[in-house]
Formats: sequence, C-alpha cells, structure tokens
Amino acid sequence: MAKDHKKDKKQFYYPQIPKTLTGITGLDEITSGGIPTGRPTLVCGEAGCGKTLLSLEFIVRGATEFNEPGVFMAFEEKTDELAINVASLGFDLNKLQANKKIKLDHVHIDRSEIEETGEYDLDGLFIRLGYAIDSIGAKRVVLDTIENLFAGLSNQGILRAELRRLFHWLKEKGVTAIITGERGDGPSLTRQGLEEYVSDCVILLDHRVINQISTRRLRIVKYRGSIHGTNEYPFLIDQDGISVLPVTSLNLEKEVSSGRVSSGIPALDKMLGGKGFFKGSSILVSGTAGTGKTSIAAYFANETCMRKERCLYFAFEESPRQIIRNMRSINVDLQKHVDSGLLEFQAARPTLHGLEQHLVSIHKQIKKFKPRTVILDPITNLITVGSVSEVKAMLIRLIDFLQEEQITVMFTALSLNTIVSEQTDEGVSSLVDAWLLVRDIEFNGERNRGMYIMKSRGMKHSNQVREFIITDNGIDLVEVYLGPDGVLTGSARESQKLAEKAGEVLRNNALNMKDREINRKRKVLEAKIAGLQTEFESVEEELNKIYVEEELVKNITSTNRHEITKLRRGES
Amino acid sequence: MAGKTLKSQTALTNLKKYCEEYLEGEYKIEVIDLLVQPQLAEGDQIFAVPTLVRKVPEPIRKIIGDLSNEEKVLVGLNIRPANKIL
Repeated sequence: MAKDHKKDKKQFYYPQIPKTLTGITGLDEITSGGIPTGRPTLVCGEAGCGKTLLSLEFIVRGATEFNEPGVFMAFEEKTDELAINVASLGFDLNKLQANKKIKLDHVHIDRSEIEETGEYDLDGLFIRLGYAIDSIGAKRVVLDTIENLFAGLSNQGILRAELRRLFHWLKEKGVTAIITGERGDGPSLTRQGLEEYVSDCVILLDHRVINQISTRRLRIVKYRGSIHGTNEYPFLIDQDGISVLPVTSLNLEKEVSSGRVSSGIPALDKMLGGKGFFKGSSILVSGTAGTGKTSIAAYFANETCMRKERCLYFAFEESPRQIIRNMRSINVDLQKHVDSGLLEFQAARPTLHGLEQHLVSIHKQIKKFKPRTVILDPITNLITVGSVSEVKAMLIRLIDFLQEEQITVMFTALSLNTIVSEQTDEGVSSLVDAWLLVRDIEFNGERNRGMYIMKSRGMKHSNQVREFIITDNGIDLVEVYLGPDGVLTGSARESQKLAEKAGEVLRNNALNMKDREINRKRKVLEAKIAGLQTEFESVEEELNKIYVEEELVKNITSTNRHEITKLRRGES
Repeated sequence: MAGKTLKSQTALTNLKKYCEEYLEGEYKIEVIDLLVQPQLAEGDQIFAVPTLVRKVPEPIRKIIGDLSNEEKVLVGLNIRPANKIL
C-alpha cells in the first residue's frame, strides 16, 4: 500500500500510527506522512477557505496516485456542479467516476420537503455510504459538509447520536475519512461541535485578507499519536490544486558544496578569494537606486549561461525585454542565452498576487526549469504585498528550498536607508551567505559607485571598498584612491592620479637640480682643496728653504772654523 | 426502511392505519428494504430511516420517523387541512 512505501521513504525511526498520504503538496510533510489511516479527520474552516477542494483533492489524488478509490458524499453541492468546479484543476470527476475510481453522491436535504414525526435514525445514510464504499472498494471517504444535516433536520438529539454512530461506523469500516465542518462562532472549531466526535486529527483552514491581499492558512489543531507541524502554514489554490508550504523545514541538515562559481566579474571574484561564490549559496546584492544591482545580477546570469548552466531570472521590476535591452548597453548579450534556452525570465509585478502565490510559482518554475542559478530582482518590491516579517518568512523558505536543491541564488535589494549598519534589507542579510553592498559615494559634485563585501561566509574576502565602474564594455572594479583627503572616486580619483603624475615629474626635476647643485658644489670644493694644497706646498717649501739654509750655514761655519783652527796651528 | 426494526414496523403499522382511515382504497404502499436494495437509497435521496416518500402528486414529500404523530403525517401527506384525496 501507498502508506507503506511512504514509510520506507520517510524512514521513521519510531512507531507511528498508520497514515494515509493525502497527495496534497506539503500537507503530507506537515503531518509527516498524511492523515490517520482508517480514522476520520475533521477539516474545518470558514466559507470559501477551501474545505471542499481539499477534501476532493484527497479523493482524486487517492484515486489517481495511490490507487485508493474514494467516495465523496456532498451535502452542499450537486455532483455535476462539483465536477464543473474542479474541472479547471484538471480533475475529471466524470471520467474517474465512470472508471469506478471515485463515487460522488449528493445528499439532498430540503427542509420544506421533509416532515419529521417520531423516532428515526440515519440508517439510510449509512446504507447509502456503505453501498457506495462497497461498490468501488473505497478506502477514502469524504463527507462534505455533514453539518448540513443540522440545517435540514430539527431533532438534534437524534442527529448527534447518529453522528457519533456514523464516526464509529466509519472507523469500523476502516476507511480514511475527511469530514468537513463550517467554522463556528467563538472558540468552537465547528458550528455543531463536530470536533467532539472526531478526536484523532483536526485541521483548521483559514482565509484572511491583509492589505487587500488574501492568504489562506492551514493549521493542524490536533493529531493524536503523531508529531506534526504546529504552525500556521500558508496554502494556495492554483491550477494544480492545493499546495501547502511548510514555513521552514524542521532541520538544517542540508548538503553543502565547497565548489565555487564565478560572479562573472573577475575583479569581484578576486575580492572573494579569487574564486567567486560558493555553489548553492545565497547572495544578496543591496544598494540604493541606480547603483547597478541589476547589472551585477545580469553579469551573474550571463556567467552562469556561459558555463552552459541554466539560469532562472525572476524580474519584479522590469520586463525581460527591458532588461535585455539595458544590459546590451553594458556589453552583456542575454538574448542569445534566452534563445539557446539556458536563460529564462519570469517577470511579474509583485502585486499580481500574494507572497505565498509568488513563492509557489517560484517553486514551480524552479522545479520545472531546474536551473543552477536563480536571480530575484529585486526582493524589495515584494514588500508591497506583505509585511517585512512575511517577506522574511517567505525568503527563509525560499532559501531553504534552494539550498536543498543546491541552487545558487542572487537577490537584489533596494536599500532606502543609507546607514549601512541600520539597514537590514528585509532582514535577509542574516540569512544569506554573501552580501555585496553597492553604495553611492557622493563627492566633488559627482556620484560614483563603491562596492564592498559586507560578508561572505566561509571564505577569505577583501575588506576594501572598490569603485564600481559601468562602461560600454561592462562592469569593472577598480581600487579607489586612498589619499590624505580620504577616499577618492571617479574623476576626483582620476585628477588625483594626474596630479600625482605631475607631482612626480616636478619632483624628478627638482631632484635632478639638486644633483647638479651637489656636483657643482663638489667641483668648487675640489678646486678649493687643490688651491689649498698648492698653497701648503709653497709654505712647506718656504719652511724647508730656511731649514736647508740653516744647515748650509751650519756646515759652512763648521768648515770655516776648522780651517781657521788649522791655520792657527800653523800647519799650512 | 432498513431491516425489520421496531421503528420500521411502527411506521408501517401507523401508515397503514392512517391510509385505511383516510384514503381507503386510494393508496398504494411500496415497501423498500434498503438492506436488500441499497442502490435505491441514492435515487430517492433517502438518508433517514424510516422515510415515507409521497411520490404522487408532485411535489415529492418526505416524512421521516416512525409516523407516531398523526397530525404531522396527515399534514405532510396533504390530507389535512385541505383534505385532498391522494
């Protein structure tokens, strides 16, 4: 049986009560395996919240996907009306009925036709239902809305007793049943207190309109003998039936990849440790208006397609053609990727539908297109259809889903607050793995773009502000000029560069002059030294002359004296 | 009716009594046991047992219960107050 292999697939580690898959997207996840098998489940809610559709989808999915025939007993709508109502969802009730997969039975109760006298019971209903179940071997039963009995019959005592008996009887029959009930006033879940009889599983549907946008929500009020999600889960009714969206998966046990993907801007990759973003990570690009967020996103999309990977681009602001035209001006040709089928645009105004619908349509598109990269441009526009916390909740779920699928996602966000530390960008900045901030730097009568990486989990990244330049040839990042006057960008940076160049020439010139001066000084000094040297030589010579003369005189005097002495002795 | 329950028997007895009393010779009673023919329940829109269905003249009227309240049955069958003959 279907529930058995669901059990295998889900790998329950502890005994659980047997469950039957509803086949409704998301509901089986919240209930961790469906509604209790062989027991009645109460689905209650206000008018128009989707009770009938939910229960009908339970029957149809059972018949088509799990090979479990089902009986749908309608107390409100006629069977042909039902068939027409759900034909738009692709459910062909008439065909299913002809194939004995389902059985529709309309119980018509009109008070004006009925007179009650004395004791009676609802055996007629039991027999009808029993006959319907047996005729197709039904495993699933829906009673929609059984409370209509209360409108048609006045003997409440009998009705209550009979309902109690009906639910027991359903359990005995071993069919998995859904009973729908209208939401009552005040604290009671149903107008007639049906929750007293159905004690195993109660699901509450709700339909609220906030800011003119309606959101349907589903909550499991109780589920005996099973764990279940307790939150209110938004759900949607679209062309594929009901989709319930668990807000967050209960665990954070996602696979992670350490592979890297290039951002398409080499200089940016260099800032991110030279390799780009992590595969399957989430990237937020935020900045004020006109800072080039879409350009960065387009580059990323282009790069993804260049690697022959698929990219899905959700545009909430511009039409695809507008984006393609605009990006052509910065030398990015997205059209060829669209033509080759690697790039797909999904453009919709955020106000087209509520957040949940957006989320579901995003889910669906992703499941269908199977991209490696998803771009949402910009998420800030979603705020027009929901509150900050709702947008955040939606993005959490989206990021969750994308990470599970190992899809890299880039969000762009328009920040209105220019004080970086205060801005949260819908609070997603804490959820994302990498956050690039593009900022206007207004200086010297012009506006330039500066980019920095606010965070990038798990990798070395540059802490520097880079100037972000958009030219005809594309995007580039250049280092800003950090001078004595602070950070200079744009033409100020250029002129500073020129000024530096001029200064260098002048300095070089000055240096040359100094060198020559030194040479000259040296030459003068050397000349002086030579003069002094010759002067010294002449003084020395003078001094030497006296000395020689004295010697000569001494010699001569001594010779003379000798001669004189000789003469005196008379020896000549 | 569904099986020979006390309620069904009471209803049938009561019905026969009223018919003999007010519509002697001008009535026809068809008894359907849903335990034997469950497929007939849907067509006649039966959900309570026992149910008396007055098929002619139109409109169809249904009287559920053991028919113990004579007044109500007669009104339901349009025998009273108009005293019309079935």
